[in-house]
Amino acid sequence: MTATADFAAAGPINGPAAIAAFERDYDVQRRAARRAWAIGTALFFVVFFVTAWLGDFFKVTQVTQLDGSRAWRWIIPAGIPRLGEFLEKTIPVLRWDSLGADLAEWFWRWKIWLELLFETILIAFMATAFGVVGGFLLSFPAARNLTPNKWVLWVTRRYLEIARTVPELVWALIFVFCFSVGPMAGVLAIGLHAAGALGKLYSEVNENIDMRPLEGVKAAGGSWFDQIRYGAVPQVLPNIISYTLLRFEINVRSSSIIGYVGAGGLGQEFRTALSFQEYTDLSALFIIIFVTVIVIDYGSEKLRHRIIGMEDRA
Amino acid sequence: MSPVTDADIARARAMMPLAFRAPLPVRLRRLALWAGFTGLFLYCLIAFGFLHIRLFDPETWAFEPWRTFYAWDRREEVWVFSATLPIDRILTGIARFGQVASFMFPPHVWDNWRDFSEVLEGLGETLSMAFLGTVLGAVIAFPLSFLGAKNINRLNFLRLGTRRGYDVIRAFETLILALIFIRAFGLGPLPGILAIAVSEIGTFAKLFSEAIENSSEKPVDGIKASGGSRLQQIRFGTLPQVNPVILSILLYNFESNVRSGTILGIVGAGGIGFLLSDRIAAYRWDEAWSIIFLIIAMVYIIDGLSGMIRRRIIGEWGNTR
Repeated sequence: MTATADFAAAGPINGPAAIAAFERDYDVQRRAARRAWAIGTALFFVVFFVTAWLGDFFKVTQVTQLDGSRAWRWIIPAGIPRLGEFLEKTIPVLRWDSLGADLAEWFWRWKIWLELLFETILIAFMATAFGVVGGFLLSFPAARNLTPNKWVLWVTRRYLEIARTVPELVWALIFVFCFSVGPMAGVLAIGLHAAGALGKLYSEVNENIDMRPLEGVKAAGGSWFDQIRYGAVPQVLPNIISYTLLRFEINVRSSSIIGYVGAGGLGQEFRTALSFQEYTDLSALFIIIFVTVIVIDYGSEKLRHRIIGMEDRA
Repeated sequence: MSPVTDADIARARAMMPLAFRAPLPVRLRRLALWAGFTGLFLYCLIAFGFLHIRLFDPETWAFEPWRTFYAWDRREEVWVFSATLPIDRILTGIARFGQVASFMFPPHVWDNWRDFSEVLEGLGETLSMAFLGTVLGAVIAFPLSFLGAKNINRLNFLRLGTRRGYDVIRAFETLILALIFIRAFGLGPLPGILAIAVSEIGTFAKLFSEAIENSSEKPVDGIKASGGSRLQQIRFGTLPQVNPVILSILLYNFESNVRSGTILGIVGAGGIGFLLSDRIAAYRWDEAWSIIFLIIAMVYIIDGLSGMIRRRIIGEWGNTR
């Protein structure tokens, strides 16, 4: 059926009748679109107000007034000055003529912090290593085109989903109880979460590969394992390296806070500084983590671009 | 055709050695990389206490490898031999994890409405934290994103500066932001909402401005040709192309915020995470597992719903354009 035939079936394409028909159709379409828009907006506002009510947006809190009496105020304008006060306390005293001494006082625990920073990065490294091994091994049974049978597919997929849906901080709480306080619990927690996330990404890569090399290996008498090793792995390797570096960045971020529940790294210093009310320590730790995250993001981005470039040249 | 013999292979190998193995520098580099990784891995295994391997006395640095298998009993003041000492910590941990996991069966079911409504309220708080955080972040990021798009903002220094600003905001950790906001607004879901919103501003502004950059200039040219102002060009030329992308980004980030919103409660920012960490701290593992399964179910439902909305809206818009 051609376009001309469509037009012929729809009636005359010229004249006042056609214009009237067009106007009518346009009106109907327009009204439907407006109705959908109105319903969508109304729904959005209902959800917005319900969630705002659940999320304490309309809460009132007590504030001390200038004459010392207490009064009830809406929480948001009452909280903003407190936020300012808190942030002001974290700013260290830095004078130009004694800058070195002031900096030394600001970063007074730098030896311990540097050690813990090193531990943080090592936790991320170990967790990435465990995550890559776990995710890589499970990504083949979890890929629709490579799985040996559908029960294995179902079980591995559910396992990966549970591993990545439960946040690493919750795994850390559980593992701190099981493996006692220390970086080991953190490594296992982040590693388990990373295995779930990486397994999903890797299995999506696996589902997009060219199946012909695998058929070649099968025709030459290769087992399932041989097909994966010589047919699939060489195709997915560049993508896997790129995803792994990306995961390493994410793991550095999580390992810097996982110490908050006692699982090693810089996070425990955060908790100590908060409970001792050492406000300038907080800003120092914040700067250390911030700089580390930016440096590692930058380095891994450069490395990823080089790997992608290598793939293009090959 | 005769079969390939070993002699044929040897001849081919002598003729083209590089077809069979990588050149020496490449092999050396690979070897160094793997050795480095393995060395670091083994160091971490020992330093983090996965394996108890003690070759030297920690004080005198005397070479005493037998310490790997002997532990000092402080009360009896003797060295006690144990064959599993190097992996004792892993074994104990696995045994304890098995104990903890055994509380999954039978799963805990809340039998009175008061306890269950508390859990439901926690789930609702987590959802509203994710929703409001996403909405607030998007509302603030939307105008900012135009400053970072190449086809809107032609001033190079301003655009690049804005982009670095997005990166700086993205590097803030949500949990640390939550800790700061708790100081100002007290315990509860509000600091969680603000923490999610602030950390999402950077992500959204970056993704939105990329979406704006990827839009086609042709509709904009058409509106310019029919006499539209710059604002009209953006409103009727660029935005209709960008809207479905923005919606899809919003839905995707809402899903990921539902996941990350569960952990904000652990530091006291409300939601289901607060109840979960409370139950774990009290060693009520049966309830903790039930809450974990409820979280997984909630994430499943949200993923399904947002996938449905995305298919519906973007599919419809895709058809009409």
